[in-house]
Amino acid sequence: MSATTPATQVVTGTEAAPATGRRRRAALSEGARAERRLGWMLCAPAVVVMLAVTGYPLIYAIYLSFERYNLEVPQAIKFIGLSNYGAVLSSPYWWQALKVTAIITVISVAITLVLGMLLAMVMYRTLFGRGTVRTAALVPYGIVTVAAAYGWQYAWTPSQGYLSAAFNNSAPLTDEYKAIAVIIVAEIWKTTPFMGLLLLAGLSLVPEDLQKAAKVDGATAWQRFTKITLPLMKPAILVALLFRTLDSFRIFDNIFILTDGANNTGSVSLLGYDNLFNALNLGIGSTISILIFICVAIIAVLFIKGFGTAAPGSDNLGRR
Amino acid sequence: MAAVTTTPRQKTGWGVANVVVIALALIPVLWMVSLSFKTPAAILDPSFIPASWTWGNYHQILSTSQFLRPLVNSIGIGLIATVFAVALASMAAYAVARLRFPGKGVLIGMALLIAMFPQIALVTPMFNIERALGLFNTWPGLIIPYMAFGLPLGIYTLSAFFREIPWELEKAAKVDGATPFQAFVRVIAPLAAPGMVTTAILVFLACWNDFLFAISFTSTISSRTAPAAMEYFSGSSQFTVPTGPIAAAACVITIPIIVFVLFFQRRIVAGLTSGAVKG
Repeated sequence: MSATTPATQVVTGTEAAPATGRRRRAALSEGARAERRLGWMLCAPAVVVMLAVTGYPLIYAIYLSFERYNLEVPQAIKFIGLSNYGAVLSSPYWWQALKVTAIITVISVAITLVLGMLLAMVMYRTLFGRGTVRTAALVPYGIVTVAAAYGWQYAWTPSQGYLSAAFNNSAPLTDEYKAIAVIIVAEIWKTTPFMGLLLLAGLSLVPEDLQKAAKVDGATAWQRFTKITLPLMKPAILVALLFRTLDSFRIFDNIFILTDGANNTGSVSLLGYDNLFNALNLGIGSTISILIFICVAIIAVLFIKGFGTAAPGSDNLGRR
Repeated sequence: MAAVTTTPRQKTGWGVANVVVIALALIPVLWMVSLSFKTPAAILDPSFIPASWTWGNYHQILSTSQFLRPLVNSIGIGLIATVFAVALASMAAYAVARLRFPGKGVLIGMALLIAMFPQIALVTPMFNIERALGLFNTWPGLIIPYMAFGLPLGIYTLSAFFREIPWELEKAAKVDGATPFQAFVRVIAPLAAPGMVTTAILVFLACWNDFLFAISFTSTISSRTAPAAMEYFSGSSQFTVPTGPIAAAACVITIPIIVFVLFFQRRIVAGLTSGAVKG
């Protein structure tokens, strides 16, 4: 490295050069220290807001979950340890809500993934009208969930809705499993475009030459899809799946409008909401909040284990 | 992006697929539009196209403060939250994209965590905190949580955009005699603007779409937003369901957004995918 003097100067002059071990850490240059300070200062406001709105309430919720706290009997507020958790975890309502949430999440995410992949293919391969398809696909994304949910509700109302009329004037929203199916359809309709767009971005990273080469070698379309496209798209698929799964797990709007939890169709989010605003029970409501948070954390950890090094936020971030 | 050679049969196949996609995307929206133009009598007829048309539903909702006031709230709260979120997120994203400092990983991890945060877990404690601070049923009571949830989205999208900016131009401008301020305003800001506009659109859409916070932290129309207000509509008499007015309100809050989304579709697609796929 010291063969030519000018080269050495260039290396030491560039701060982007990888830190040469001890020497760099021992004495941070004035510039590097100023850079640190600027970095922290620029991030501080965002960090403060995020911590104030999520970190602090979360800790407060943990505290509330250890208390008997009903707004209707404020004089009876009392620390009761883990009793709330016992009450929730031994309640059939919690397990029913968890079951419904899990069913909706698994089915809607699975179907959304398949349909999203098809949509991505259509958007990628279509030679004419590409803009039109993408434009149409963005409509469900842009619509307000609640507005769309009302549309689905009226469509399935007997003697008013076109879908109900098409299916023999049926009333699916009054039956547990049929209502869940309607909720799933509403979720899929709303979220498939988002999935399709994420996968389209992943799809365009797959080199066309590789596809052609495989075709020349005699691979069928299905083989090319499973052996080339899917493995190369794995990071994009996992990111899309993670966000979609977590988003689906906290489903609230669609259920609130479509059934409001009638006939055992409530999700865990709806259960938490009802305990707060209908039962006015902050203790139990907070306990449910914390349990949902734990569920979400478990799902995230499982996914990030599946990601391996491709996890968002890991060191290879932004290198692509 | 030139595709592998397509046979006429494949072409027809993709054409059919196009039509299916467009139909599936649009039919539920058209149904809503149709409902909003139906007279109370026509509502009880399941046909897709109204037998008799009326502007009555629109007239009804736009002539009372029960909907107009929430509409103003939605726009105001959404815009303020968006401006703050994008301002704070650009500062942080600049640091993430350009500076070296310890704790960067923690910041990115935190943003990711909040993006995945179940909002309901916040509703119970925030309800109590907002009541104690006097923020319940006020604009700031919604602006603050919207801002916090807009930040991760903003930091992700903006840092992806900022990485693409050729920052050497800033140095070049300084060499040419520009002051740091001039270099920023004349060179960097125009390059950063598209990313910031895109981010602002995404954050605003998220605020506009919110329902859970809106029904939890408000109690009157003084701060209730439009999606939450639809719940409280009443029919023309005590015994009629306000289907028509709700459908009209759904169209009012949806159609402008759809037009807006279509107008900015390139940007939105770029923004949605940059954060998630490229990191």
